[in-house]
Amino acid sequence: MSTKKEVMVFAEQHEGEINPISYELLGKGRELADKLEGGLSSVLLGHKMADVAMELVYHGADRVYLYDDAVFRDLNLLNYKHNMVRLAREIEPEIFILGATHWGRSLGARIAVALGTGLTADCTGLEIDRNGNFVQIRPAFSGNVLAHIRTKTRPQMATVRYKVMKSLPRDINRKGEIIRKNVEIMPSLLTIVRKERLDEVNIADAEVIISGGAGLKKAEDFSLLADLAGLLEATVGSSRPPVDSGWIKKEHQVGFSGNTVKPKIYLACGISGSSQHLAGMRESDVIIAINTDPSAPIFKIADYGIVGDLYEAVPKLIERIKRCRA
Amino acid sequence: MRIIVPLKQVPDMNQVKFDVEGGRVDRSSAGVEINPFDLHALEAAIQIKENKGGNVTAISMGPRRAESSLRDALARGADNAVLLEDRKFAGADTLATSYTIAGAIQKLGAFDLIICGEKTVDGDTGQVGPEIAEHLNIPHIAYVSWLEVSGETIVARCEMGGRAYTVESAFPVLLTVTKDVNVPRLPGFRNKITARKAAVEIWGTRELSGFADISRCGVRGSPTRVHRVIIPSEENRKGMIFRNTIDEAIAEIADNLLSRLN
Ligand SMILES: Cc1cc2nc3c(=O)[nH]c(=O)nc-3n(C[C@H](O)[C@H](O)[C@H](O)COP(=O)(O)OP(=O)(O)OC[C@H]3O[C@@H](n4cnc5c(N)ncnc54)[C@H](O)[C@@H]3O)c2cc1C
Ligand SMILES: Nc1ncnc2c1ncn2[C@@H]1O[C@H](COP(=O)(O)O)[C@@H](O)[C@H]1O
Repeated sequence: MSTKKEVMVFAEQHEGEINPISYELLGKGRELADKLEGGLSSVLLGHKMADVAMELVYHGADRVYLYDDAVFRDLNLLNYKHNMVRLAREIEPEIFILGATHWGRSLGARIAVALGTGLTADCTGLEIDRNGNFVQIRPAFSGNVLAHIRTKTRPQMATVRYKVMKSLPRDINRKGEIIRKNVEIMPSLLTIVRKERLDEVNIADAEVIISGGAGLKKAEDFSLLADLAGLLEATVGSSRPPVDSGWIKKEHQVGFSGNTVKPKIYLACGISGSSQHLAGMRESDVIIAINTDPSAPIFKIADYGIVGDLYEAVPKLIERIKRCRA
Repeated sequence: MRIIVPLKQVPDMNQVKFDVEGGRVDRSSAGVEINPFDLHALEAAIQIKENKGGNVTAISMGPRRAESSLRDALARGADNAVLLEDRKFAGADTLATSYTIAGAIQKLGAFDLIICGEKTVDGDTGQVGPEIAEHLNIPHIAYVSWLEVSGETIVARCEMGGRAYTVESAFPVLLTVTKDVNVPRLPGFRNKITARKAAVEIWGTRELSGFADISRCGVRGSPTRVHRVIIPSEENRKGMIFRNTIDEAIAEIADNLLSRLN
C-alpha cells in the first residue's frame, strides 16, 4: 500500500446510466485529493461499462477500479457491498464518498459498519481545515442547524447531497488508469421481481422553478403555475402541504424531505418559507416570492417580493411576459 | 411472525428553538414525540401482526423519558417494549446506536422482521436501519413505500435511481419505510390506560453483557464527533419588496426574468 492519501468516490450507475452526482463527487474529490497531495480514485460496478470508466477519468479520476459483471446491472445490495468492502480494505482510502441518494445511503451505511468506521450523512460541505483535518458539514434538525463533523477512524466516509458540489468540465485530455478487478459473487438473498422506470420530473436539474404552496386553494390551480412554467420552460415545484394533500406528486416537492434545487430563478407562490422549505431552495440564484402576508419568512430571503394575491399576480405576470415576447 | 420496531423519541420539530447567536439547539423548549417516520414502521408491523399473527416488540435507545414513547407504542398495538438506557449509551453516533440496538435484538432472540423508519427528524441520517442489518448480517430493503407478506416471503416496493423496484425476500430481513407505506392509527383510549400500566423493560450495559461490548457503545464507540454547530442566519438578498404595487412589481420582475433567461 502506498503512503499517498487516497480519496475514493463511488460512481453510481443504474442500468448503465451514470448518476450525474458521481461527477459532482469527482469534482469535490479532486479538490480534496489535491489539498491532501493524494490521488483520486473512483469505484465503478456495472456491466460492460468501460466507456463510462473513461468518462470518470475525463471528470477528474486518476484511477478507476472497474468491476464488470452482469450482477451489477441491478441493485444487488450484498454483492455491491461485498466487493466495495474488499476494495476499501485493499486500497485503504483516507476518504470515501458516495452520493446521498437512496442507493448511496443504503449501501454506504452497510459498508461503514463492515469497515467499522463512521459515516456522515447527507453532507452539503466537505473541507480540509488548516490542520489538514477532513471536516464534513451537514444539516441536522430538519435543516435548521449545520453541524461540523470529524471522523477518527479510516476511511472517513460521507454521503453528499446532489447539486451542492460542482463537477469539473469534461476534459478528454485528462489521463487516468482503468484497473479491472475480479468480482466475487455472494448469494444475493433479495430477488427483484419487477422493475419500472419512473417518469421522472427531475426538478433538481431545472433552471427555472415555479413553486406553489398551501396558498393555492385547490389542486386544479397548479395549472395556473403550469401555464407560467410553460412560457418560461420551467418546472413546477411544490412545498410539502400540496404533496401531502395529493395535489401534486412527491417528485415536485422542494425542501428538506424533498429535493434540493439550485435554479437560476425560483418563484415561490403562496409559500410561507418554513426552514424545511428554505433548506431545499435557499441556494437559488434569484428568489422571487408572492405572498399575501407581509411577515411571511420567505420575504427575508427573496430578491424580489410581491405582497399580494397570487391569483392576481401570476396571471398578470403571464400576460406581461406574453406581451414582452410578442 | 416475530417483528421488531426500533423507534426513537424526538423533539417536536415545530417547537424546538434554535439560538442563532449561541449556536445552540434548545431541545427543552419542545415537547417530545415518536419520530413521525417510526409511526409508519410501527403501523406496518401491527398490520402484519393483525393479518398473519405474531407479536411486535418496540425498542428504543434513549434517556429514561423515552419510556413515554414506548408506552405510546404499546397503546398503538405493540406487545412488548424495551428501553435501552444507560449513561454509557449516551453520545452515540449511528455506528454505536446501530451496534447497541443490534445487540439488544440478539438478546431478544429469534425474529423474522425488523421495521425501521426511513429516517429520524433530529438525526436525519437514514443510516441506523441498514446499519442494524449489517451488524446482524441480514439483508435489508430501504425506502419501502408498499409491502405485502405472503407465506414464507415478503414483497416490498422501493424507489431508487429513477426506478421502482419490487423486491422479494425471505425472513429474516430489515425494512426501512417511508410515510407512503400506510396511515398510522391513533392510540385507542382503553389501550392508553392499559399501556400506562404495562411494563417497559429497561436494559443497560449489564443486561446487554454478552450481546454488546461496552467499548463499542455510546460516545466511546462513536468514530464521528460534532465539533461545531452553526445555526445559519438568513443571507443577504436584494430584498426588493413591493407592497400594494403589483403592476410595478410585475413589470420589474418580468423584465428581470426575461433578461436572465436570454
Ligand atoms: C421533518 C419535516 C420535513 C419537512 N420537509 C418539508 C419539505 O421538504 N418541503 C416543504 O415545503 N416543507 C416541509 N416540511 C413542512 C414545513 O414545516 C412547512 O409546514 C411547509 O413548508 C409549509 O408549506 P407552505 O409554505 O406551502 O404552507 P403555509 O406555511 O401554510 O403557507 C402558505 C402561505 O400562503 C400564503 N397565501 C395564502 N393565500 C395566498 C394567496 N391567495 N396568494 C398568495 N399567498 C397566499 C399565506 O400567507 C402563507 O404564507 C417539513 C416538516 C417537517 C417537520
Ligand atoms: N435511538 C434510537 N432508538 C431506536 N431506534 C432508532 C434510534 N435511532 C434511530 N432509530 C431507528 O433508525 C431509523 C433511522 O434513524 P436515523 O439513522 O437516525 O435517521 C429510525 O427511523 C428508527 O427506526
